[in-house]
Amino acid sequence: MPVSTEKMVKVFGRPGSLTEARFTYCPGCHHGILTRIIAQTIDELGIVERTVGVAPVGCAVFAYLWYRCDVIQASHGRASAVATGVKRANPNLIVFAYQGDGDFASIGTAESIHAANRGENITVIFVNNQVYGMTGGEMAPTSLVGQKTTTTPDGRDPALFGYPIRFSEMIAQLDAPVYVTRQALYDTKRIMDATKAIKKAFTNQLEGKGYSLVEVLATCPTNWRMKPTEANKHVAEVVTKVFPLGDLIDRG
Amino acid sequence: MPKGMLIIDKERCKGCGLCIVACSHPVLAFSGELNRSGYNVVHMERPEACVGCGFCALTCPDVAIEVYRARVPA
Repeated sequence: MPVSTEKMVKVFGRPGSLTEARFTYCPGCHHGILTRIIAQTIDELGIVERTVGVAPVGCAVFAYLWYRCDVIQASHGRASAVATGVKRANPNLIVFAYQGDGDFASIGTAESIHAANRGENITVIFVNNQVYGMTGGEMAPTSLVGQKTTTTPDGRDPALFGYPIRFSEMIAQLDAPVYVTRQALYDTKRIMDATKAIKKAFTNQLEGKGYSLVEVLATCPTNWRMKPTEANKHVAEVVTKVFPLGDLIDRG
Repeated sequence: MPKGMLIIDKERCKGCGLCIVACSHPVLAFSGELNRSGYNVVHMERPEACVGCGFCALTCPDVAIEVYRARVPA
């Protein structure tokens, strides 16, 4: 089909903060949407020259390939601690940590909580897809009760493995954080809401207000053994019952 | 002339189909054509119906879609 855009205006394109590299995520994975939203926010705020990202261990480990800003790849779970160091060494930088649930809420629990409790002036993006994606779909602390994973083939049994941890609610108990919110990406409205929340989290940091956490409910179609569209439906109908959406605190 | 136009980067498309569901007009469908990675890529099945709302591009996890809109006459 011949494409002519001569008499047209471009209203949406690839954000300038993204490189030309293709994402290594699976088809339908929400990580890609989130990576694009963060890049768009960096563009809108015009801060690409002074932004430093901190990537986790997990599917987002290749973040340094996709962003035009600097990205450090931290040890597993320690992205909030590394972000703290970068921000304290040069407070003029805009630092964001991008962490999954296995990274942020399991192995990095101590670092995550204490960075929040100190009220470090950083932005943390917490991707909650209720599974360890990169290593093959093992149970994460956030996995739902009854969820089948490779380490819980009969479903997560709370008597053996406990209940899904609501990490953002825990962080929201602290005095220091200024903004804690939970967002999702299962339809266009949620994507637009999440975009606003992420922009706010970055703006808080630019204004020196302190710690902002944006938890994003994401899908993992591959490890959930679902089609991408079914996975979206699963988030809307099941996951949001356990992890309700909305702002938990907003002292901005 | 249609109100909107999409340019879909076939090599970025992974055929997840999220854009097809996001489009309410509906414009998009699987083309049956495979890209170099072997994914069944999406194309504009009914380009005349596109209004350039950009929902497909917002939803695309691989940033494969560019959206254009017809200029509004001044």
